[in-house]
Amino acid sequence: MNAIWIALFGTVCFVMGYRFYSKFIAERIYRLDADFQTPAHAYRDGVDYVPTNKWILWGHHFTSVAGAAPIVGPAIAIYWGWLPAILWVVLGTVFAAGVHDFGAVVLSNRHKGHSIGTLANRLIGQRAKLLFLFIILILVLMVNAVFAWVIAKLFITFPASVLSVFIQIPLAVWIGYRVYRHSGSMLLPSVVALAVMYGAVLVASEVPLLQFDLVSWFGGADAPVVGGFNGTSMAFLVWIVVLMVYVYIASTLPVWKLLQPRDYINSHQLVVGLALLYLGLLFGAPEMTAPSINGEAEISWYPLLFITIACGAISGFHGLVASGTTSKQLDKETDARMIGYGGALGEGMLAMIAIIAVGTLFASGADFTATYSSFSAAGSNGLGSFVRGAGQLAGNLGIPEQVGSTLIAVIVVSFAATTLDTAVRLMRYIIAELGNEYGMPVIARKHVATSIAVITSGALVILPEGPNGFGSGGYLLWPLFGTSNQLLAGITLMLVSVWLKRQGRPVIFTLAPMLFLLVMTLWAMGQQVIFTWSGFGDADRNWLLFIFGSLIMVFTLWILLEASRSFRQDDTGTRQPSLSSDESP
Amino acid sequence: MNRPDNEVSTVALWRSRLHRAIQGYDAVLSLPHRREIARELQDEEDLFMLLCFCDMMGIPNPVSDMTLELYPHMLDRFHEWHTRQGMPRSPLAGFRCC
Repeated sequence: MNAIWIALFGTVCFVMGYRFYSKFIAERIYRLDADFQTPAHAYRDGVDYVPTNKWILWGHHFTSVAGAAPIVGPAIAIYWGWLPAILWVVLGTVFAAGVHDFGAVVLSNRHKGHSIGTLANRLIGQRAKLLFLFIILILVLMVNAVFAWVIAKLFITFPASVLSVFIQIPLAVWIGYRVYRHSGSMLLPSVVALAVMYGAVLVASEVPLLQFDLVSWFGGADAPVVGGFNGTSMAFLVWIVVLMVYVYIASTLPVWKLLQPRDYINSHQLVVGLALLYLGLLFGAPEMTAPSINGEAEISWYPLLFITIACGAISGFHGLVASGTTSKQLDKETDARMIGYGGALGEGMLAMIAIIAVGTLFASGADFTATYSSFSAAGSNGLGSFVRGAGQLAGNLGIPEQVGSTLIAVIVVSFAATTLDTAVRLMRYIIAELGNEYGMPVIARKHVATSIAVITSGALVILPEGPNGFGSGGYLLWPLFGTSNQLLAGITLMLVSVWLKRQGRPVIFTLAPMLFLLVMTLWAMGQQVIFTWSGFGDADRNWLLFIFGSLIMVFTLWILLEASRSFRQDDTGTRQPSLSSDESP
Repeated sequence: MNRPDNEVSTVALWRSRLHRAIQGYDAVLSLPHRREIARELQDEEDLFMLLCFCDMMGIPNPVSDMTLELYPHMLDRFHEWHTRQGMPRSPLAGFRCC
């Protein structure tokens, strides 16, 4: 089948979802009121609470939620064939992610712009605070480990991308200082920075001396290096240590010095990447060579697909952004539909093109089967396949495939590096909060908390052993990342459902995706924990994944029990006053 | 004669649309950065205000020689600062801005 038809199908579903379903949700369920005084107006402070034009806020929301995750998940999930992956992305976005992101903005807007964490605390009490902190802690730990692996893997597979990625750091710092000291726009300097980075891609693609190919420096992939490490695992180890040192420094700097200006450059890269891929698709009109359903898959897509693709179908991280910053800048409540639901659709478009890039890469179905020979091979090869497939799509625009692939690798690494920086920063705050909570002020210190975050993340990514030894198995953590992300989405949907119920409105539209998500998460984790990681039967025991998987299962059950308790309290009339009514400022 | 005028106005129209699109794009990407810069500047301002007024709060001021002469210029900024700190009225008896 021609890939354009798939993109067209997805786009039509997204347009219809926005036009009809989100309108229904806005008018009949969330009942948006254009006259409601939003927190941005009520608490306007020029910093966090600022009424913002809906187009600008949509752009900001979309660039904040889109990153490497909606690319990695679909690139792995195509293992079961492109059809289940596309259907989950499209239906998940329209019926779950859209409602979830939109609901998070509305709920926060109706409660003084409070974040999901604060609202969970108010709904369930002190227990929720603990639950929420631990879930976020697991999520950011997984994010750190998985994205460090993503970057190391891309540096090893596409060594020409290294120079450009490292050039971005001084350029971002220069832009940060320039704007801080002299104000003015970041547009021109960031475009110059982007041109320098892409110039470095061109030069490094042609000059092998500028490619930091650690594997060949260590004598080849299988060459023994030291202490049982071969060339590849040693390269992983070196890159992960370099990344951890970098992220330690980056996450302790003020955000305006590096994180924000790099985010600004990355936003250009998102636009460039999406334009390259969709225009390449349009001009090349390639055929999907991957099977629609992979009959040779050794494990069923049901229910693992739903935790393999989190971002791109539904992601709890969006709820944090929606309630953390977006809701505080809403000019009118009615803008929430476009920003929340529209932001989810943007991410769905990114996931869809990731599936198409991988699905059109292979010369034949046999090539696909050779690369995606097992679920583990899909985890290991998915990302590289996406980058090569995207390079092939960009090739339809006249860009040499090698340069195109390196360019896409730079874009994915840039997204992943920013996410890594943000996640380590977030982990530092959580460790500090837990330290204060449990009377251990020493771990609340900036450098102590950051050291704990960096060391545990580094250890977690090095421990899983892949086909190339230590460090090469970071992809094994991906299902855990997807699951913890889905858990967070489940909490947000639960809060929105409780709020709707207390308003006397139908809850089925938020409760159904919540139950679906949590049941699938529980099922998938149960399957993995009992039959794959526990050592039951023929499988080898994996303590690391077993412990984290069991913890996530316990948290999922906990959320389901809390949700059931909240609804029962409502039915028996013993409900708490919090979240029972809208809090008009 | 009309045709060149029309062409000029069309060019001007497209130029203004392009300018607006670039401004919108810049505004989208600058939004988080503007917030952080504002927060950073506000923190600097708070530290500066503390340096100016810590004597009045009983904290020894190592730079009072330099900050004393700034008082007449500080009325408006001091008012903004104490309202930002959650005090609607001036907390200092010797410095009545409101």
